[in-house]
Amino acid sequence: MKKLLTLLRKRPSFQAWLLLLPSAFWLFVFFIAPLFIVLIYSFLERGTYGGVQWHFTLENYRRTFDPLYFKTFGRSFYIAIVTTIATLLIGYPLAYYIASRPAKRRGTLVLALMIPFWTNFLVRTYAWLTLLRTHTGLINVTLMSLGWIQKPLPLFGNDFAIIVGLVYGWLPDMVLPIYAALDRLDHSLLEAASDLYASGPNVFRRIVWPLSLPGVVAGSMLVFIPSLGAFVTPAILGGGKTLMIGNIISNQFLAAHDWPFGSALSFVMMAVMLAATLIYFRATSDEERRQL
Amino acid sequence: MSEQALSRALSRRSRMAHLKKQLGEGLFHLYGLTGYLFLYLPIIILVIFSFNDSRSTAQWAGFTTHWYADMMNDHQIILSLWNSLFVAIVSTLVSLVIGTLAALAMERYRFWGKLMMDAVLYLPIIIPDIAMAIMLLIFFDVSGIGFQPWKANFFGVHLAVPYSVIIGHVAFNISFVAVVVRARLAQMDQVLEEAAQDLYADPWRTFWRVTFPMLLPGIMGGALLAFTLSMDDFVITFFTSGAGFNTLPVRVFSMIKKGVTPKINAVSSLMLLFSLVLVAISLIIGKGGDENSSANTMF
Repeated sequence: MKKLLTLLRKRPSFQAWLLLLPSAFWLFVFFIAPLFIVLIYSFLERGTYGGVQWHFTLENYRRTFDPLYFKTFGRSFYIAIVTTIATLLIGYPLAYYIASRPAKRRGTLVLALMIPFWTNFLVRTYAWLTLLRTHTGLINVTLMSLGWIQKPLPLFGNDFAIIVGLVYGWLPDMVLPIYAALDRLDHSLLEAASDLYASGPNVFRRIVWPLSLPGVVAGSMLVFIPSLGAFVTPAILGGGKTLMIGNIISNQFLAAHDWPFGSALSFVMMAVMLAATLIYFRATSDEERRQL
Repeated sequence: MSEQALSRALSRRSRMAHLKKQLGEGLFHLYGLTGYLFLYLPIIILVIFSFNDSRSTAQWAGFTTHWYADMMNDHQIILSLWNSLFVAIVSTLVSLVIGTLAALAMERYRFWGKLMMDAVLYLPIIIPDIAMAIMLLIFFDVSGIGFQPWKANFFGVHLAVPYSVIIGHVAFNISFVAVVVRARLAQMDQVLEEAAQDLYADPWRTFWRVTFPMLLPGIMGGALLAFTLSMDDFVITFFTSGAGFNTLPVRVFSMIKKGVTPKINAVSSLMLLFSLVLVAISLIIGKGGDENSSANTMF
């Protein structure tokens, strides 16, 4: 025992791993191991009554390129990109607005952003369901009763509805990191720039934008990844028609009982996410170098 | 040009510039206002229609609390609320201990395998919940752990909560707790700890008397985040619960699938109130620190 204690005191690496023992155990058993099991499953054949047969096959990956699934991938990617761009376009000025308020107001405004951030995602998606529904949604009902439109606008059960739901759901995730980056910005730099007669747009392009890029990158990732893997939003606002890759994956487990194919689809989805992340990181760091 | 005319022209120019600036500032204010309206209006409308005296969620027909009474009499909803609370409390307590230990190791030590552990700790945050959900589903099925319920007496209510759900919630909560506690540790001044050690306090005593009290806001922040994430989770619970187990979000989802009624608005409003209470608690805890620190430690 005493020997163990002295060993612990002399070897900090031992102490660290002792502290990490529970988390490493939990995450390796209940996260990393499942990840590898899914990887193995994606190369197996489906069993007749659910489950799997232990035959190696690449068929599941080949099937992800079938026109039907490939199209769904394409649409999910398109929805995720549009969502990310829209949240950035809406969120950046909002973050800038908050950052340019006096310190006292800033706290309140950030708090006002945290409340929707902490509110259940399902609840926020449902709120839009009651607004967008074709015949019984608040927007169409109100516009029709005012006589502004004759027949309901196509607001529901399409890509538009999903994008609105996703933008609404993830907007705080875009604004908060950008705000955090802008908040850390050294204001003497801005003063120096305007002292040197830099124009407003130039100050933004040369100083504010490059320095807020880490926030933009973080925010974009926080929006893009869950948007691409969205399951709840298309299930509720897609009206049962407009599906995304997350719904196809879940169908393999809930309805089709094709676990190997579902596994392959999720690995392809994660590969797309990883690729997009790497490209985006690369592109933004290039831009940063160019700007400076 | 006379001197007078010159000064008049100049003052007009500066007045124009001033006006332009004011206009820009006004538009900017309008933008901010619109942004916040976009965030809040749907939620406010949702709450308003939970009091609507009609089955419609689009046309106002008078005030009633009927839907709330309906909700309170729905034993399925009440049971799912207890399930949610149980899962959230247990998974928060477990992940709090595990996550805090991990944060201490990651922030205070340099050791072999640190980079790998960093990746392992961040992965559950980054991975989309649908992927984590099916990973866990397959794992519980293959490993034979299955979806056995933990039969618990929770404040007099008999619950049957699958272990798989709690295990899954702990798995994603550990990472979030670790991130928040680590951020607090990184901000902390180590001088006091060094002073304690200089005064011959053993490491155990130093930790409980110095490190832990200073770390407490971080731990509380982590607990609050873990509790919220657990209460809010739908996807992972949905896939890891086997058949017949409902938390509040799972119950709400199946209600939505059956059709929109103001009763769902009432349940949603209740969940909203829950979030507001949690935000209020986090404010009270965070009061000692920097006002913006919550945003800055998250990212």
